[in-house]
Amino acid sequence: MLEVHNLTKTYGNLTAVAGVSFRADRGETIGLLGPNGAGKTTTVSMVAGLLKPDSGEVLIEGRRVQSDTDPLKLKIGLVPQDMALYDQFSARDNLIFFAALYSFAGAKAKQAIDAALDLVTLSDRASDKVGTFSGGMKRRLNLAAALLHDPQILLLDEPTVGVDPQSRNAIFENLETLKRRGKTLIYTTHYMEEAERLCDRIVIIDHGRVIANDTLQGLHKLLPVTNMLVIELDRANGLSPDQMKGLGEVKSVALQEGTLRVGLHDLSRGAPIVLRWLDENGHSYHHVSSEQPDLETVFLTLTGRRLRDSK
Amino acid sequence: MIPFLALVRKDLRIFFNDRKAVMVGLVVPIVLASFFGYLFGGQRGDAETSKVPVLVIDQDGSEISGSLIAQLAGDKNLDVNPSTLDAAREAVRKGKATAAIVIPKDFGKDAGHALFTGDSKPELGVLYDPSHQMELGMVKGILSGAVMQTVSKEMFTGKNGREIVDESIAQVENNSHISSEDRKVLRNLLGSVKELNERRDRAAASGQSELSGGLTLPYETREQAITSGKDVAYNGYAHSFGGMGVQFILFMGLDVGIALLTLRQSGLWQRLRAAPLSRTMLLGSRTVSASLIAGFILLVLFSFARVVFGVRILGSLAGFVAVCAAFSLMTAAFGLMVAAIGGTVEATRGYAIMATLFMVMLGGAWVPTFVFPRWLQKLAVVVPTRWAMDGLDGMTWRGLGFSSAVVPISMMLLFTLLFGVVAVMRFRWEADS
Repeated sequence: MLEVHNLTKTYGNLTAVAGVSFRADRGETIGLLGPNGAGKTTTVSMVAGLLKPDSGEVLIEGRRVQSDTDPLKLKIGLVPQDMALYDQFSARDNLIFFAALYSFAGAKAKQAIDAALDLVTLSDRASDKVGTFSGGMKRRLNLAAALLHDPQILLLDEPTVGVDPQSRNAIFENLETLKRRGKTLIYTTHYMEEAERLCDRIVIIDHGRVIANDTLQGLHKLLPVTNMLVIELDRANGLSPDQMKGLGEVKSVALQEGTLRVGLHDLSRGAPIVLRWLDENGHSYHHVSSEQPDLETVFLTLTGRRLRDSK
Repeated sequence: MIPFLALVRKDLRIFFNDRKAVMVGLVVPIVLASFFGYLFGGQRGDAETSKVPVLVIDQDGSEISGSLIAQLAGDKNLDVNPSTLDAAREAVRKGKATAAIVIPKDFGKDAGHALFTGDSKPELGVLYDPSHQMELGMVKGILSGAVMQTVSKEMFTGKNGREIVDESIAQVENNSHISSEDRKVLRNLLGSVKELNERRDRAAASGQSELSGGLTLPYETREQAITSGKDVAYNGYAHSFGGMGVQFILFMGLDVGIALLTLRQSGLWQRLRAAPLSRTMLLGSRTVSASLIAGFILLVLFSFARVVFGVRILGSLAGFVAVCAAFSLMTAAFGLMVAAIGGTVEATRGYAIMATLFMVMLGGAWVPTFVFPRWLQKLAVVVPTRWAMDGLDGMTWRGLGFSSAVVPISMMLLFTLLFGVVAVMRFRWEADS
C-alpha cells in the first residue's frame, strides 16, 4: 500500500531525516515513535507530499506522486499536528470547505460530512463554531476533516497532543474503528503507550534514523530481559541476590526493601525455576507478579537515553 | 472549479466574518479622507485657508513705512501685526509667526532715491521659519508688490517724495558723472514729476478729487478652475477618497501577504497542500478574493463620498471601474509578492509597511505630487500607486474619457504582472519544518 524508501532531508548542516524506510500494508497501523525533533513530522510531510525529499521515494500502490494534482493524492488523508481548522466557522462549514478541496459538493459532500461527524461523535455540535470547542473536540474534528474523501492511507501526526485522557481515548476508539474498516494508519507519537495500544508495527526513529522497525513483541526481543518477575518476600533475611544469578533464564536480580526483582528472558520457563529455588532455600513469599518492559525500556536500551527526555 | 470557488468563498467569509475589523477598515479611511478632503478644498474646492502670520518691525517710522504696513495688512492672505526685533525673532523661532519683516531706519528715503537712481538700495530684512518655505515665497511676492506701489506712490505724490524730487534734481545738476544728454533727460523726467505734483496740489485746492499716483501692478488676475465642465466645481473629496482608498487597500493587500505567511506555518497550509490542488489555484484564488475585497472597499468609500460629499464620476464610468479593477488586482499581486519574499512574519510586516507607506507617499495619495522636487516627480513614474491616483483623479473630478484611463490601467497591469511573476518565482511551497 505504502512504501517509503531511503527518505533523506537536510536543512543546511542539519540532517532531519537520514535514509528512513518502512512499508505499510492495507489495514496495518504503523507507529513512528521517537522523541521530539527525531524527524517524524518531516518524514510524514514527505510522505504527504508537503516536502520534497533530497533523496529516496514514496510509493503509493507502487506509484510515485507526479504532481500537485495527481489523483494518487486522493489515497492519502493528512491529520496535521497543528490544528487545521477555521475557528470562526462552524464544524459543518469547516468540513464543507475541506470536502470542496476534493471537489465534493452537494449530496456527496453531505453524506461524507455526516459520516465523518458521526464517527467522531460531533454530529450534535455540527452547527457550533469551532472556536467554542474544547481541545479534544477540535482534535476529533481535525481527524474528521481528513476522512471526507475516504482516503485509504491516513497520516496522523501526533493527533492527541494536548488533549485530556477522555478525548484521547475517544480518538483511539475512532482510530480503532478506522483500522477495523481496513484503513492504513501511519501514526507518529512520542507517547509509548499510544504506540503500544494502536500499532501493529513500530518504527523507532532517533536523530532522523530508523533504529528499530518491528512488532511490539519483536521489539521486546531486542531486550536482554523481556520480563520482570516481582516477588514480595515474607522475610528477606539471609537472601543474597548473587546466589540466584546462576539459575537458568535469570538475567538479573535485585533486592530492595523486601521485594525481589528477577529479570528473565523467558517468563514461562524462568518463573517456575526461580519460585522452586526460593521454596527449596526456605524463602517464603506472599505476592508474585510479572512486568513486561515497555517501549521506554526499548528506547533506553537502543539509544542509552530516555524517550521523553531525548534531545 | 469547486475547490477554486470554495477557496475564494472561504477568504471572503473570513474577511467579512470579523465585522469589527471590516468596520474599522472602512471607517478609518472614510474619516481620514473626509478630513483631507476638507483641507484640500472641500466640495466647492474653495475651503477657507488660514492667513499667514507675519510680524512687522518698523524701525523707520516714515510715511512710506506706515503705508507699506497698511498695504501688507490689507492683503487677504496675511495676518500682519507690529512687533519688535527681539520679540519677532522669538516668535518666528517658536513657530508662532511664519515671517517677520524688518523695515530699517531711513527705508522710505533710501527707497525713494534708489527708485530713480538705483543707488544705495535699502535692505528689508525678512526673518522666516524654514519649515514654511512655501509661505515664504508668497510673503516675498506680496511684499515686492506692496513696496513698489507704496514707494512709487510716495515718490510721485507724497510730501517726502516731493522733497526727494527736489533733492534729486539738485543731485542731477551737480553730478559730474552724468553726461549732458542724460542730465537733460533726467531733468525733464524729474521736472515732469514736480509739475504733476503741483497740478495735484492745485486740483486739491480747488476741491477737485485727488489724482491717484504712483506705480501699480500692471495687471489683475482672473482665476478660473478648469474642471470637467463649465459649472462643475472641483471637489477636494474626490482626490482624498481616492488617496485614502489606495492607501488602505494597499494595507489590505499587505494583510493578505502576512496572512499567507502565517498560513504557511499552520496545519491549514499542510492540509491545503495535501489536497490535489494546483499552485495556480492556491495563489489564483487568493488573488481573486483579495481583488474582490479591494473592489468592495473602493465601492463603499466612493459610495460614501458620493452620498455625503457629492463626489461624482465625471469621466468614464467604464474607465473608473477598470481603474478600480486594475488597482485591486495589483494590490492582490502585491500581497502575494509580500508573502513570497517575506521571511518571518514580524520582519516582513515591518518592511512591507515601510514599502506601502513609500508607495502611498510617492504616489500622491497624501499630498499632490507637484509639491515634490522635480527629480522625485520623475521617480514617481515607477511607483504603482501614482498610476492608480492618476486613473482615479482622471475618471472622477477631472472628468476624462476612457482613453485617459488606458495608460494608468496598462501600467497597473504591468505592475500586477511584475509582482505576480516575483510571487510565483519566489514562493516557498514547501511547508516550514
